Amino acid sequence: MSELPILSVQNLTIALPKGADRPFAVKDVSFDVRRGEILCIVGESGSGKSVLSSSIMGAPPEGLTIAQGSVQLAGQELTTMGERQLRHIRGNRIAMIFQEPMAALNPAFPIGRQIEEVFELHDHLPAVERRRRTLALLESMQLPDPVRIADSFPHQLSGGQCQRAIIAMALAMNPEVLIADEPTTALDVTTQAQVLKLIRQLRERAGHGILFITHDFGVVAEIADRIAVMRMGEMVEIGEAKQILTHPSHPYTQALIAAVPSLAPKPRAALAREVPVLQVEGLRKSYGGRVALDGVSFSLAAGRTLSIVGESGCGKSTLARLIMRLATPGGGTVEVNGVDHLNRPPTALRMDVCSVQMVFQDPHGSLNPRRSIGATIARAARLAGADRKAARQRAEDLLDQVGLSRSAYHRRPAAFSGGQRQRVGIARALAMNPQIIIADESVSALDVSVQTQILALLKSLQTSLGVSILFITHDLRVAAQISDEIAVIQQGKIVEIGPPTQVLDAPKHPYTRQLVEAAPGRGMV
Amino acid sequence: MRTGARLLRMLLRPTALIGLILVGGWLLVALFAPLLAPYDPLRSLVPLAAPGDHGPDGGMFLLGTDFIGRDILSRLIYGARTVITLATAATATAYMVGICGGLVAGFFRGRIDIALSFLANVILSFPLLILYIVIIVAMGASAANVILAVTFGSAPAIFRIVRTLTRDIAGRDFILAAITLGESTPRILFGEILPNVTGPLVVDFCLRLGYTAITIGALGFLGLGLPPPTPDWGSMVNEGRTLAFAYPHLVIFPCLAISSLVLGLSLLADGLRGREAQR
Repeated sequence: MSELPILSVQNLTIALPKGADRPFAVKDVSFDVRRGEILCIVGESGSGKSVLSSSIMGAPPEGLTIAQGSVQLAGQELTTMGERQLRHIRGNRIAMIFQEPMAALNPAFPIGRQIEEVFELHDHLPAVERRRRTLALLESMQLPDPVRIADSFPHQLSGGQCQRAIIAMALAMNPEVLIADEPTTALDVTTQAQVLKLIRQLRERAGHGILFITHDFGVVAEIADRIAVMRMGEMVEIGEAKQILTHPSHPYTQALIAAVPSLAPKPRAALAREVPVLQVEGLRKSYGGRVALDGVSFSLAAGRTLSIVGESGCGKSTLARLIMRLATPGGGTVEVNGVDHLNRPPTALRMDVCSVQMVFQDPHGSLNPRRSIGATIARAARLAGADRKAARQRAEDLLDQVGLSRSAYHRRPAAFSGGQRQRVGIARALAMNPQIIIADESVSALDVSVQTQILALLKSLQTSLGVSILFITHDLRVAAQISDEIAVIQQGKIVEIGPPTQVLDAPKHPYTRQLVEAAPGRGMV
Repeated sequence: MRTGARLLRMLLRPTALIGLILVGGWLLVALFAPLLAPYDPLRSLVPLAAPGDHGPDGGMFLLGTDFIGRDILSRLIYGARTVITLATAATATAYMVGICGGLVAGFFRGRIDIALSFLANVILSFPLLILYIVIIVAMGASAANVILAVTFGSAPAIFRIVRTLTRDIAGRDFILAAITLGESTPRILFGEILPNVTGPLVVDFCLRLGYTAITIGALGFLGLGLPPPTPDWGSMVNEGRTLAFAYPHLVIFPCLAISSLVLGLSLLADGLRGREAQR
């Protein structure tokens, strides 16, 4: 407490250009980061947290200006500093880690060369020494075989390895402050757990001041010493991590923490009779010798939800594509209501696609930007056999049903937020009166509070319409909330399947156990 | 409404405005040719009258007459009809062929893409003007054959633009959504993908209209355009070529007409490109 903070931000206000939806991206924000401390800045999309981090580095996004306030690095003012001095500070005394590890590395050069370049820019070391330090850094990142990693190109490494290489690069000049902007968001949970552990160790070992920006309260619970919560550009609460996680004082913080899906499964009422609508038997698929799906079998009962949980590349999206007939399987069968779904003749196809519908992951890409949302939904109703007038009526009803107003009918997707677009996607799927909805990572691109709303919507629709949901996700917490059954998939095989209580509380397979343990913020709930 | 207002603001910028005035002016001239032309464009009056000379009926030849005594201004006015209709028809046909091919190749990929792309590359590897000459010489000079030649020459480039844009759009989730809804392939191509590729195409259309106007001028100059005596700017330059040193007005005015129309279209395209970039 007595020590001078390494980074001190006072009354920082960053103005948005005229005509934006609010005058300031960041308004009157003050905080300190001390040596050997991790301060987490938490907020949902649009809260201004990323603008804040780039402005501290003296490079606010184009069009934005620092209206007032000060940023001091160990007592030295940064906001009034010239570009040349700033360049000396960036990478040297303040370093940054980004969200997309692949995008932050230059694909044309080996990893080692890119790290050595940092030494070249800020220090004048002989080549041998640069190489030695680079290898030492990579080794301290717990990367296996540093020499091989140093000589590899980014595309030859996994996302987690790339992110560790970037952290190594950020630490090259032993900066006083490290700014990490969503550094683990693009990583799988098990990899995320490793990277978080590494960042924790860094703080203990070297005493960097770390500013960690994230939207994920689970991650916060894992890593934060102190927490600052941002909303619409303003800091609503700041304090010790334990204090905020257990006794948040601001209602927004309380709402955010409450919105984090719990890992504890919700008990769900058993159905009187389980009628299977979807039966998948020994489904396989390989892409040019690489096996994506290796004999997957399961069945889904009417009105129930089965979650398929797995990390990236495990084959869960391939599974969705195969059931939707967007790809041809290498073997196995899919039956809908006891009828072979994959080999139905094209004449029966229309009826066929009606029974299984899909809600996509990316709310920005899944709607035609040139068509009004009402027309999009009505088109689906038309394809399901309604005439023009009835289709329009149906689209309006569906807008109501998914919680959008009828007056939104004529607006295009660009006028809606991610959560609203996802509602449109659900309405489009429902317009076909499907028996089964496949939701492929349908909530993973959304903020937690919106995520909760969409999950609640899916559940209520399931109750009222009796549809079955095949819910594909990487997030165990979400799966715990919505599923009647969870199937864990690894390298194209289902390794464990059962009710959430069994899979989450008493996992049998080692991989399931690993996944459950890696879920961030386990101590929280 | 808002896109309309933005388009208007765009077109009121200086460059776009000049383009709009030039192109719009020629359009009006073509439309009202019978009202504007002082003489019948095909009638011989006084040969090789200088600009400003008076004719036998007391009227003035504002831009002079050609070697068989036809009023140049009237021929230019009627020539605008020829070049504008022909260029628009030819470019539109080229677009239809290019868009259909591009959508199909970009969406289906695989063998049909390889075949169509190969064909396009073969055509593109020919010097265009020679290609035009071969087609017109082989099939005869007529409006239909000029359209055919221009289509043959321009469609491959349009095909390539549309194919690239389609490949990008076809990978988006909303196309997958349309497939999973059971939407028919033609509707996916023309209803879902086409509206999303038109933006860049509008700019290209304007530019290409200009190129086609030049091409038609060039074909006319080479004697491969419309058969005489149809008023045609390119053939007017050709006819006046041998006497150009003594009577420069024979070639200067048709050349100015071609240049102003093409310049107008280029400026207009620039204005529209700005609109596209803003999105």
